[in-house]
Amino acid sequence: MSTAHRAPDLAPPPAADGASPGDARGTAPRRRGGRRVTGLIVLLAAIAVLTVLSIAVGARAMDLGEVWAGLTDPAADTYPVVTELRLPRTAIGLAAGAALGLAGALMQAMTRNPLADPGLLGVNTGAAAAVVTGAYFLGFTGFTQTIGFAFAGAAAATVATYLIAGAAAATPARLALAGAAVTAAGFAYVSAIQLMDAASLETMRFWSVGSLVNAHTAPVVPVVTLIGFASAVGILLARPLNALALGDATATGLGVDPRVLRVAGIAAITVLAGTATAVCGPIVFVGLVVPHVVRAFTGPDQNWVLPYSMLTGAAFLVLTDVIGRVVARPGEVQVGIVCAVVGGPFFISLVSRRKVARL
Amino acid sequence: MTASPLAAREATLGYGRNVISADLTVDIPEGEFTVIMGPNACGKSTLLKALARMLKPSHGTVLLDGKDIHHQPTRAVARRLGLLPQSPTAPDGITVADLVARGRYPHQGILRQWSAEDERVTGEAMEATDIADLASRGVDELSGGQRQRVWIAMVLAQQTPLLLLDEPTTYLDITHQIEVLELCAKLHREGRTLVAVLHDLNQAARYATHLIAMRGGAVVAEGAPADIVTAETVREVFDLPCRIIDDPESGTPLVIPSARARNLV
Repeated sequence: MSTAHRAPDLAPPPAADGASPGDARGTAPRRRGGRRVTGLIVLLAAIAVLTVLSIAVGARAMDLGEVWAGLTDPAADTYPVVTELRLPRTAIGLAAGAALGLAGALMQAMTRNPLADPGLLGVNTGAAAAVVTGAYFLGFTGFTQTIGFAFAGAAAATVATYLIAGAAAATPARLALAGAAVTAAGFAYVSAIQLMDAASLETMRFWSVGSLVNAHTAPVVPVVTLIGFASAVGILLARPLNALALGDATATGLGVDPRVLRVAGIAAITVLAGTATAVCGPIVFVGLVVPHVVRAFTGPDQNWVLPYSMLTGAAFLVLTDVIGRVVARPGEVQVGIVCAVVGGPFFISLVSRRKVARL
Repeated sequence: MTASPLAAREATLGYGRNVISADLTVDIPEGEFTVIMGPNACGKSTLLKALARMLKPSHGTVLLDGKDIHHQPTRAVARRLGLLPQSPTAPDGITVADLVARGRYPHQGILRQWSAEDERVTGEAMEATDIADLASRGVDELSGGQRQRVWIAMVLAQQTPLLLLDEPTTYLDITHQIEVLELCAKLHREGRTLVAVLHDLNQAARYATHLIAMRGGAVVAEGAPADIVTAETVREVFDLPCRIIDDPESGTPLVIPSARARNLV
């Protein structure tokens, strides 16, 4: 069972149901504060367990002794599998999951739209367009060749969306419209090239599922550093985002410039989601769903929502990756598919059980 | 007249090419409860937006403490000037105490997070607006009048000597309108400078100490309610034939629309 699953059970919906009488909740904020710290500890423990699982579980069954030998003893026959395949795969999985969870939470807070995800800025389409461009015009076939390219494509699409939305005049609604336009144009381009060229179609077929299969060939240190840096920027936006949650006018009154905040937010989202997408392909589900689960537990304070979304995203992606490796052993099911299969019904039940929180 | 902490100087205000006010010069007198009034689309909310630095004049300037408001750091401005917009939004599930606490934003920084001072000021703001017993309630459970008091508490927690309120009584029933205006009057008596846009002429005349009447983007009359709420001004500003009598409760001018007014329809 994932932490993502557990979160709402720990937290009966606080206010959105409106059923609980006010006087019965006299100590709610303090209780919630304590609960949130406990939840954080549970989340970190879950990530530790999942990390061990992710290193221990795979096509080749190992006991923990063999795993330990694989980590510490270069002479052990499990060493190559553990340090060269599973360790980087786990690190990338954690980093990409954290990036997608945080990018989704930032996106929803910045646009005050509970259905927003980084894909709304054109991140996925931009990366996809770059990947087919590389495959068709430059003959890229390898995964490592496409990483930098995909990241540049994601970034270019975001910048295009921001400029089309009117740059400094961009409002959440204009961003959504511009993102839809960029996505439509990018999708048309990707489809056109795929129809023209079978090799590009083949490359895209694997890329577009969303997978950690090739993660061990990614440059782990740069990827983790980039995500770490953008995460720090993202987390620092929590307080101004709390002000922005009260509306652009109130935020201005409190001394937040919404235009500056949006530029900073879009930059952080681009690096987070762009890096994750470049390495894993489009995994859309994490950014959309994780912040919803988190808010149901933490309430609307971004000081909690953002770190929680990061950790829950990391736990969720590694969990689904492990599931994908276990269910079809010795083969595996790509993490993008597991995310959708596990997360889809869960999201539907979440939305139907309680109203989607207004931001 | 005392020095003006907030003023517009020959400001041209509008949205894109649509100019609402040209060459508008307005002084907000220190320590007064100023009410800006006028018919719909007279430019009163636009003026308030400009004074709150939400709208940058295409020509001219808005001065805060004698300096261009757009040349001052926005957080520094937020420690001088609080704003309650017309329709602020509260995120779902936020408690009253958490919402009021967000008013402390301009006093905090990366290194200076929540402090005992923040706790004290937030508590005082909730006492002043009589919502202390609602502290742990969800904002979405409250009545319209309670919710407006919560928003005023949020702006009070900002601890600014200047408060701008954009139609603070809209959407409230009469009892809550009076409640909010009495609260504004109290804040004024405690020494704050208030600027509000109001729709109700009689409420403006009763609570304001300084009135600015606007029409067509220009200031038509300005001064103490007793001096400028006259039948002539009301006709000039609102096209409304009326009589003015003394409000039997407060002695302030009371506008009684003429029975003939129905001929306008």
